[in-house]
Amino acid sequence: MKNPFDNLDKVLEHRIRLQIMSVLVTNDGFEFSALKEMLNVTDGNLASHIKALEREKYISISKSFVDRKPNTKYKITERGRNAFKKHLDALEAVVKQQK
Amino acid sequence: MKEIQEYEKDIASIRTIMERSAKFISLSGLSGVLAGIYALTGATIAYFTIHYPISPINYRTYSLQTPEALSKLVLIATLVLIASITTGLWLSSKKAKKHGLKLWTATSKRLLFNMAIPLVAGGIFILIMLYTGHFGLAAPACLIFYGLALIQGSINTFDEIRYLGFCEIILGLISASLPGFGLIFWTIGFGVLHIIYGAIMYNKYDK
Repeated sequence: MKNPFDNLDKVLEHRIRLQIMSVLVTNDGFEFSALKEMLNVTDGNLASHIKALEREKYISISKSFVDRKPNTKYKITERGRNAFKKHLDALEAVVKQQK
Repeated sequence: MKEIQEYEKDIASIRTIMERSAKFISLSGLSGVLAGIYALTGATIAYFTIHYPISPINYRTYSLQTPEALSKLVLIATLVLIASITTGLWLSSKKAKKHGLKLWTATSKRLLFNMAIPLVAGGIFILIMLYTGHFGLAAPACLIFYGLALIQGSINTFDEIRYLGFCEIILGLISASLPGFGLIFWTIGFGVLHIIYGAIMYNKYDK
């Protein structure tokens, strides 16, 4: 039998990244500050994990101006949605196997 | 490689974050009960304004012709609305604080925006009806548009709100087919149903 651990996504093994993906998979577009509030993390911490997810092309970024202030919105990509689903399936398989 | 409990925690954290980011859970049940009580009070005052001394369940044979009575009814309804919203915001912010959450989040903003669409459309529609003298369907229209707003809002808060929405719409449609009984249906929809639902929500989520 194939080891379910192999199906886990290395990038998503980090919990904050997983949480960012969880927010973006249920919500169509989320701002940086709202994401920070939701996950209760610092600016630097969130930014570094967002960068990691962006590098994998799991999320996309759209920048615009609202009331002349820069406004950054994050969206999940199709690639990211698939990766999240696969990782979730693998997590379930791992937990199931141990029981 | 992580411990197995860590993977279980990962799954649990996905669930809570998804729930918390998509649903506004600080809505207070108690504020529903209070909104119902305000509506009952308002309806009682309205009864003495337009119905008295006819029994409230009797058909009202004369229609609302005097502008004073109409403006008095609009004033009562506005006061009930303002009191309910204020109480709702106050108790919900208290509940949010208790859970270490913020009241004004992306989710609650979306909830308000989604509900505002049918409410504003309905509100303008009702004002037009009153302005053009179609008083008979004003109360049913309140119930129907409010029900639509609740169903729309239920996407971003507790699922039970959806059923309250269905009840309001059904009540509104029955009321529309029985003109002259608007006040009694308005009282059931905004008073009695709010108290019942508020009490259910309070028991389920706030205790």
